[in-house]
Formats: sequence, structure tokens, C-alpha cells
Amino acid sequence: MVSQKREAAIVGIYEYPKRRAPGVTALQIKAECAARALADAGLSWRDVDALYDAQDGAGMSGLGLSEYFGFKPNVIDTTAVGGSSYEFHAAHARRAIISGKAKVALLTYGSTAHSDSRAIGTGGGGMGGGAPSPLDNMQSPYGMTLIANYAMVAQRHMYQYGTTSEQLARISVATRAHAVRNPEAVQAMIDLGYQGTGEISVNDVLDSRMIADPLHLLECCMVSDGGGAVVIASPEVARDCRTKPVWILGSGEATKYSENNGDLTISAAAQSGPQAFGEAGVTAAEMDIAMIYDSFTITVLVMLEDLGFCKKGEGGRFVSEQRLHFKSPLKPALNTDGGGLSSNHPGMRGLFLLIEAARQMRGESTSQVEGARLAVAHGNGGMLATSHTGGTIILARD
Amino acid sequence: MERPQPRFPEPDTQPFYEATKTHRLTYQSCNSCGTVVFFPRSHCTSCGSRDLAWRDSRGEGTIYTFSVVRLNRHPAFAPLGPYAVAYVDLDEGFRILTNIVGVNDPTTGVSVGQRVRVDWQDQESGIALPLFRPA
Repeated sequence: MVSQKREAAIVGIYEYPKRRAPGVTALQIKAECAARALADAGLSWRDVDALYDAQDGAGMSGLGLSEYFGFKPNVIDTTAVGGSSYEFHAAHARRAIISGKAKVALLTYGSTAHSDSRAIGTGGGGMGGGAPSPLDNMQSPYGMTLIANYAMVAQRHMYQYGTTSEQLARISVATRAHAVRNPEAVQAMIDLGYQGTGEISVNDVLDSRMIADPLHLLECCMVSDGGGAVVIASPEVARDCRTKPVWILGSGEATKYSENNGDLTISAAAQSGPQAFGEAGVTAAEMDIAMIYDSFTITVLVMLEDLGFCKKGEGGRFVSEQRLHFKSPLKPALNTDGGGLSSNHPGMRGLFLLIEAARQMRGESTSQVEGARLAVAHGNGGMLATSHTGGTIILARD
Repeated sequence: MERPQPRFPEPDTQPFYEATKTHRLTYQSCNSCGTVVFFPRSHCTSCGSRDLAWRDSRGEGTIYTFSVVRLNRHPAFAPLGPYAVAYVDLDEGFRILTNIVGVNDPTTGVSVGQRVRVDWQDQESGIALPLFRPA
């Protein structure tokens, strides 16, 4: 491991504990989480000088959210690239801190997707409101649900590399094993009406209902309410915080979309991963923790490959080895909070990847990996088969 | 209920849908660098040139990947039963999102690598949607 610059750190985190929150707004969730994440750090409302938002709450979010919160930030960033927005925000916050423009950056997320009864995964697909768009005009007539979109990547991966549903199921199994140790995840599964909230087997996954071939119900994330906040600070501020700093060592950002003759089994992580690992001076093999956006099993499999945990096409074999579980001697432990599959997915999960990775670096996870020192958080936004983003953040403890 | 329809005015895709009225599947190629551009746009995605030519496809291609949708709450699709959504690679070098029709059971009758041919589904507005069936 080469020497790494410690120029910005996660110093405060908070995950909204409920996954069913009727009568509460996204903005209220964001504000409550902001206050609690700042308190976690030992910082105050008035310390925030940089505001990051993925436009999930207020209209004209840079302005609307500033006013709602009562902030007058020097830096406003409203990058909205779906579920990976928060990895992009963390990358931008680090750059703003390094440049001297900001000292305390606040990232918040709030969503009432469950209470709004949004059929995120099984809606028609591309039913655009707003102005007509070329892409919408070419896609919306064909009934491609969000799940079918990801399923098409799985289908191609199976064709190209021989990946099996049994291999993909192992990702659901490992994630659920972590969820049952996390009381908030267990409550989430109860509140959202999961048929079982205990550990599951590969056969349970394969026996669950087919939603969009080849993806089964237990390979799909939940649709919850929820939110959270992350505070990122300069080394000078971090020194006086009440928490142990979790350093951001590197970041990468990328887009990927369907192209003529393109390879759908390769995600944006193949571009964002090398940037992040290169900047951090570490490799995937060194990661104790992999927090990877598990909208579906295939999302994780493809991104493990693209981040360099194994070669392209070998993800199926990689996840079949006795790894991913937090007690496995083989790195990495995957989605130790229970993931989007079994703990929290209100639509844009990226913030929770940073939060759980930070918990692991602080020694506070409900599935704590002994001596964990390095983590990667990789967010995915948009839709894997059509167009998506990838944001990679490398984190380390002192 | 009819499927969701393309909406206009939308200048990039309007010529494509005009051509579907006479069951012509069209795509663009760049007169400067030769790149095939699809979905339709007013510039080349490789070189930025605005000099694009519209061309007719023979409508034959290969299934790149697909999924069989078992659950869609949208009222146009909910009553259909399982149906196949696919990317088809046309022989001229462009990839289109579409449905595979003309198979008895999409859960067993569709496969990656299958050869398919365009099959037009006329819409109330006069345009037609390019669907594909096994060749």
C-alpha cells in the first residue's frame, strides 16, 4: 500500500431508521438526518458551508434546500445522476475541500417511495411526463420495466460467460445473512411485508417468483421509505470531531449507455473503478469491505468484475467461493448492512453505501469485520442496460 | 389500452416515425466519418458532424439480449401475459430496443443469438412500431 493523502474525511453519518414513514416528507427526513449526522460529528448546523443534493426534495434544489434548511452555503452542487449521486457528491465535496472552498460538506437524502406506492421496478418503463425526448420515444412503447432492464444484462452475462442463477442467488443469500443481524433491516422486512425475514438459501431464491427472466423476486431490492445524511470535513475540522475520521482516499465517476456493438456486461464501474483505486494507491484485492449498489443481484456481480475483484466473466465463480459473508476469511465482505435487497432501498441507495462503509471503518457495523481498514463504496445510477452512472469512493480508517 | 406512444413534436425521432408509416425501418450514418448513429439525433456521436444521412434497413438482425416480463403494472402491458423485451442488433450495425413476437411461449421460445426479422405493429395514430419475430 502506497502512502495516501488524507485530505477529506467522513466525520458524521446518520441513516433514517424507518423504512415505512407515512405522513413524513422527504424534506423532513433530510433535515432530521442532517441534524443527527452533524451531531454525530460534534458539529453544528452553522458549520455547514457546502451543500450537496440530488434533487430528491425541494424544487430548484440548490436554492430550495438552502432555504428550507436555513443554510447560506458557499458551495452548492446539485448533481443528480440517480442512485450514484452520493458517490459523485462525496467526490465533489472532497475536491471542494482540497481546493479550500469548503470545510464542512453536507450530503442528504430523503424519499417516501414506499408510502407513495411507487412501482419503481414494475412500472411501464419510460412513461415520460415532461417534454418529449428522443430516448423516451424509442423506449417507452416496449414495456421494458426497470427489472427487465437489469435482467437483460443478466441474460447476456449468462450467454457470454455461462453465469448461472444459482451463482447470482449467492449474492442474495450473503446479503440476507447480514440483514438478519441488523435490527433496522429486520424491522424493514417486517414493515414492508416480506414473507420471511430470516436467512435464505440459494434454493429459496431460485424458488421465488420469476419477475423478469432471469431475475427472481429475491434477487430484487425492496422499495422503502428512508434517507440519511453524511458530513464530510477537512482534516483540520476532522481533528476536532467526536468521531474517528473515515478518509476519502480516491474517487471515480463515469457514465455508460447502450451503444451499437457495445458490451452490456461492462458497466460504468470499469471506468470509475480504476480512477478511484489509482488515486487511492490501493487495489480491489486489498478491500476489506465492498459496499456495492445491490438493486439486483446482477448489479453486484457485474460491478465486482468491473471494479477488479475478479476478471470480467468470472464473477459467478468469484461469488460462489465462500466469501461475501462478514466472517469469511476471503475478502471482501459485501453489503454488511443488509443492502438494498434486504435493508434499505428508497430509490437511490448510494448514500447508504457511504454510511455503512464508514460504520465498518469506525468499527460500528452490526456485521463488523474484525480489523477492517479499507472499503470501497460503488454506486450505480440510472438503468444498467440502457444508460447508467457509476461512482466509486475508496475509504480508509487511520 | 394502447401502448405508450412516442410523443411529438420531437425533431430527432420524428423522421424515424414518419418512415414507419410506410413500414420502413430507418437509421442514420455520418457522411463525414461513417459512424452509424442510432437512436436518431441531429449530430454524429463520434465526430460531432451534423451531416447525417438517413438509410433504410433490411430489417434483419440478431437478438443481443432479452428478458421476459412477467409483471408490469402498466395497464397496456398488464393483460398481455409474459412478453419478451429485447435488444436486436440489425445487420447494418445498429441496436434497437423492441419486443419479440410470433413465438408460442416467450419463456422458452426466445434466445440470445436468434435471427429475427422486423414485424410492424400499426398504431392508431398512423405510425407503426418495429417489433421482431423469428426469421
